[in-house]
Amino acid sequence: MSSLATEKKGFGAMIWEYLTTVDHKKIAHLYLVAGTMFFVIGGIEAMLIRIQLAKPDNDFLSAGLYNEIMTMHGTTMIFLAAMPLLFAFMNAVVPLQIGARDVAFPFLNSLGFWLFLLGGIFLNLSWFMGGAPDAGWTSYASLSLLSPGHGIDFYALGLQISGAGTLISGINFLVTIINMRAPGMTYMRMPLFTWTTFVASALILFAFPPLTIGLFFMIFDRMFESNFFVHTMGGNTIIWEHLFWIFGHPEVYILVLPAFGLFSEIFATFCRKRLFGYSSMVFATILIGFLGFMVWAHHMFTTGLGPTANAIFSVATMAIAVPTGMKIFNWLMTMWGGSIRITTPMLYALGFIPSFVAGGVTGIMQASAPLDYQLHDSYFIVAHFHYVIVGGVVLALFASAHYYWPIMFNQMLNETLGKITFWFFFIGFHLTFFFQHFLGLMGMPRRIFTFLPNQGLDFFNLLSTIGAFMMAIGVTLLVINVIITAIKGEKAGQDPWGDGRTLEWAVPVPTPFYNFKQTPLVRGLDPYWIEKMEGNKEGMVYAEPLSDIHMPNNSILPFIISLGLFISAFGAMYHQETTWGLYVLIGGIGLSVLAMIIRSLKDDHGYHIHKEDLMDDKGGNV
Amino acid sequence: MSEETTLTPRTEKEFEYDRKRAARGMRKQVAAFAMMILFTFVAFAAVQAGFPANFIGPVILLLAGVQVALQFYFFMHWDEKGSGTAQFFMYSAILVAFTMVLTFVTIIWWGE
Repeated sequence: MSSLATEKKGFGAMIWEYLTTVDHKKIAHLYLVAGTMFFVIGGIEAMLIRIQLAKPDNDFLSAGLYNEIMTMHGTTMIFLAAMPLLFAFMNAVVPLQIGARDVAFPFLNSLGFWLFLLGGIFLNLSWFMGGAPDAGWTSYASLSLLSPGHGIDFYALGLQISGAGTLISGINFLVTIINMRAPGMTYMRMPLFTWTTFVASALILFAFPPLTIGLFFMIFDRMFESNFFVHTMGGNTIIWEHLFWIFGHPEVYILVLPAFGLFSEIFATFCRKRLFGYSSMVFATILIGFLGFMVWAHHMFTTGLGPTANAIFSVATMAIAVPTGMKIFNWLMTMWGGSIRITTPMLYALGFIPSFVAGGVTGIMQASAPLDYQLHDSYFIVAHFHYVIVGGVVLALFASAHYYWPIMFNQMLNETLGKITFWFFFIGFHLTFFFQHFLGLMGMPRRIFTFLPNQGLDFFNLLSTIGAFMMAIGVTLLVINVIITAIKGEKAGQDPWGDGRTLEWAVPVPTPFYNFKQTPLVRGLDPYWIEKMEGNKEGMVYAEPLSDIHMPNNSILPFIISLGLFISAFGAMYHQETTWGLYVLIGGIGLSVLAMIIRSLKDDHGYHIHKEDLMDDKGGNV
Repeated sequence: MSEETTLTPRTEKEFEYDRKRAARGMRKQVAAFAMMILFTFVAFAAVQAGFPANFIGPVILLLAGVQVALQFYFFMHWDEKGSGTAQFFMYSAILVAFTMVLTFVTIIWWGE
């Protein structure tokens, strides 16, 4: 195993390598591919929604199918596309940024990925096995408990499995960032993407347990005859809404904080200037993290919480605008006086600011409870959260796809095509969602499958559909860009943007599987920039002499543990109507437990890369 | 981290110091353990003695709070250096959980 020679491998060997890998860089590839797959599925669902709503009284989709597509669009995009794609960049970049050889628990990193993927596949299998969930991505219990068929069962079980994966990954990043920073990398020298990953991981740690509890209640209510949410049996259906939003509100910060981090890196790099107000950025990130837990009931103003509760949650919600505004001003100040280079990532970053501010302003409008009574469940809400999530998170994902592509694949995406992609996507995005504000104000409710003609809704809906097609063209261009780049196969080399500031740009490309031959010594914020400015050709100073490196072994066990839970989910779903269900449930869990026992009892000490081999290895194509 | 860490044997003084420190730690653990058993006994005794319910409730909750503190600071070694991050996370979690419980108690369950 200690051979460093990079031999050409067959296709089967490559599949096996990815199934068993514990290397954070390869897991990043897996997250990127799986997240993109779900992003495309969710995107197709979005297109179907927009085609159905292109003209009044349309019969392209039936009402029931529309509910399923609308539910799966939301669920897929949040849980299976946005989060995994962020995890892809966290995995690819964070260990490099803090000068670590891998995450703290490489085995758990792999387990987190396979749980997410198999949970996501389970959820999407519902399309072929009797119908998808149809109660909206929020799946309010009063509606979802009455949904016939197995759709909601797929939702609850699939999210339970993939949620466990997310929780594991979140804990892994917390431990990594607390414990694995290179010497000299103090908390206040961490790059902002590492900081936002850290806070987002803490939010995952606190927010996912309520979701897990809610989903278990739902699973028991639907499949094992309990009555947690059944009010006729002494349960309380509102508890689902609370549990869901106690998770659901921090969830949007879990998505948007890493996006903020990615943009902070991009702004600093392409303004060739240290990020303005670094410490206030860190403070704002932590503050947003805390406030994110104090505001969940603003999703429930119309539930009937009473004026006191509404007022408290209303004020708390508005408070979040303060740290977020700090961030916006810091980015503007970073650009002020910087020597700006308009590259594709920078273009996305520039587009992000007005888009996200627009989403934030409508957020403040909804935070006001009396106004929210008007806006609730209308297209205004749809416009708002798409402005925040597409204008914040998706733009960040596309920007960092261009920005970090050289680190992940040692190639540069085409810049011209990238800019064309941006304009298609950006104009399409505003065309789609800007007019939905007005649709909402005119009274068009969300989640309806059709609307009547001549009520003033026709034209804006058509515009919205045209915009959606432009976004689809944008995404297609990005895919074409990736394919062209892969075929060309030009190597990007180290620090291809020329202005890299943080440690991830200081490692040779392609990054050796042990990342750092010697652990770097960090002498300040933006360590690579410091070394470059002082004329250090190597880009790093080292904290230790060259010595043997301890590496973990690959393992198939994470895949088997996840597969066991995947199988048992089928058993849980069918155990009421079939005789085999219970055995499959027990057998699947048995398989997982067996794999865990093997993991616990079988010693796996990893292996060492010897000093002599390291000295021969140049690492990358310097 | 580097694999070539050099191990230097402990000096006589260091050995003595570590031994004293361990003995002091053990004393604290045993004392905390005894207190926790006492509190549990008081809780059971309060119920057994038939005090009114609105007296027993707060007393048991108070004792529980003290027990949690003992658990954290002695059994989980928060009184030692280097537990700052763990404390920060645990206090944050307590704050968040407290908000949730308070909300549930006030706007879901009161008046039922």
